[in-house]
Amino acid sequence: MPVATVWVVAEITESGPSSVTQELLSKARSIATNVAAITWGPDTASHAAALGEYGATKVYDVGDVGETLPGVPVAGAIAALIEGGDTPDALLVPASYDGRDVAGRLSAKLDRPVLTNVVGLSENGGLSSEHTLFGGTVAATAHFTGEGPQIFVVRAKSFTAEPGGGGAAEVVSAPAPAAGATGTATVTARHVEERTGPKLDEAAVIVSGGRGLGSADKYEMIEELARLLHGAAGASRAIVDAGWVPYARQVGQTGKTVKPNLYVACGISGATQHLVGMKGSKNIVAINKDQDAPIFSVADLGIVGNVHDVLPALIEALKNR
Amino acid sequence: MNVVVCVKQIPDPAAPSALDPTTHNLDRTGKLILDDSDAYGVEMGLQLASGEGDEVILVSMAPGGETSGLRTALAMGAARAILISDDSLAGSDALGTAKVLAAAIKRAEPDLVLTATESTDGYTGTIPAQIAELLGLPSITFAKKIAIDGSTVRVERQTEAGYDEVESPLPALVSVTAGVVEPRYPSFKGIMAAKSKPVDVVTVADIGLEAGQVGAAGARQEITDVSKVEARAGGEIVVDDGNGAARIVTFLEELKVI
Repeated sequence: MPVATVWVVAEITESGPSSVTQELLSKARSIATNVAAITWGPDTASHAAALGEYGATKVYDVGDVGETLPGVPVAGAIAALIEGGDTPDALLVPASYDGRDVAGRLSAKLDRPVLTNVVGLSENGGLSSEHTLFGGTVAATAHFTGEGPQIFVVRAKSFTAEPGGGGAAEVVSAPAPAAGATGTATVTARHVEERTGPKLDEAAVIVSGGRGLGSADKYEMIEELARLLHGAAGASRAIVDAGWVPYARQVGQTGKTVKPNLYVACGISGATQHLVGMKGSKNIVAINKDQDAPIFSVADLGIVGNVHDVLPALIEALKNR
Repeated sequence: MNVVVCVKQIPDPAAPSALDPTTHNLDRTGKLILDDSDAYGVEMGLQLASGEGDEVILVSMAPGGETSGLRTALAMGAARAILISDDSLAGSDALGTAKVLAAAIKRAEPDLVLTATESTDGYTGTIPAQIAELLGLPSITFAKKIAIDGSTVRVERQTEAGYDEVESPLPALVSVTAGVVEPRYPSFKGIMAAKSKPVDVVTVADIGLEAGQVGAAGARQEITDVSKVEARAGGEIVVDDGNGAARIVTFLEELKVI
């Protein structure tokens, strides 16, 4: 018997519902009879068709939260709906920056636990969630034992986004209640870091660089190879922390989870942190001078060699084709 | 200014992690160390609370009165610590942990609460927002830069596309990413001084919570199945003797990427 009602916390980007939102709605449709999206922004109604297409029959519109960080108002609006008697069996929340704020705030407001880092969900009378632990070496299944609503924070790329052909969702206003002191964090300026080529989490090919590159200027080789392969350039946490490249490039537990057709890891040793974010890639090529580097344990093709030799030769070979 | 930094003492990540076979709780019986992710918060706290009368206070929850990780942070320069240690806390989930930390933080009456974005071993990543909500504080998560300007905290917060400048009045909670600052190494003098710095060890009852709200009883979730993930089949390993690039080109051709 499917679960009666699942709500999805739906993030809107400049091109409509984010890819993880589409994934969560698609999954919700397969496990629940009623699917609703909770969203916010200056023009939510214009996304009712796209949200409906992926399975939402209802959109709870928190409205424009202005420059307030969304965690507090969105969690407040959801809690107000639930306290008003409109309660889902489960909430699916993306494991994004704002998603984690919403889930944490809501959990404390409702006094309900959260299951995070969910990578799978199955329905068998109730809901069970799947998690991977310790860098993906151990899989665990979990479920809630207390009263709902059940809050699941789900990692991107855990489900496939599939349009279900639904019509535009009905939009219902769900304004955020006054938040007092908690709601006083406001954005004063937004900075979009320059990006060319496909987006990291949507690219079919990703070329990533790590500490083995030796210095920040060598990252140009990663960008050039990515360009030649019509892919996106990524990075390990080590070089993001070192300030060589912007955070938006980071692949891994605290960065983006990616599953491209091809992942090329250059000078990346393969710390657990990184492997978690990329081991789902279909094909993996690794170049590293240390033959014991953990990255080779997940590589389909591993080249034990110096990136400063292999990368220029590879770039040259591709240019000459 | 009083800054509370939440720190977790975790099993050494270099050693293999394990779940207890019967309770499915994270095995924390071995020696615990300061979570690397928390060293950034400690360093940030020390930099922000460097004036006369300013204090960095550590708050941690750990079994068996464990203080070895706290001593590391005290050696870096924190003034004192509050440690919640109680058998009833075993099996606590993120919300239970947040309740405990929030209750202890309240005693320190901080102007600013710093946390990591997530721990290295449990990495739920929800505790910062849960603590803030329980304390009625505004929160700014995923900070990569922090500055205090009078009674306002200004933060550069990571976003999917880049970063936002965000500000909030104090008191507030800020979670920091790795790399926000370079954590200092404890000096010999710091290590010696840390041995005599006060660590206030308290129980669940001391901070006004009931055992049923925390620990396994309060978690209201269970792990039902644990299995080893099939390792990815090892691929072809080629030692580069000048033909490494050519081998990659052939591989890319086979994949029809080029």
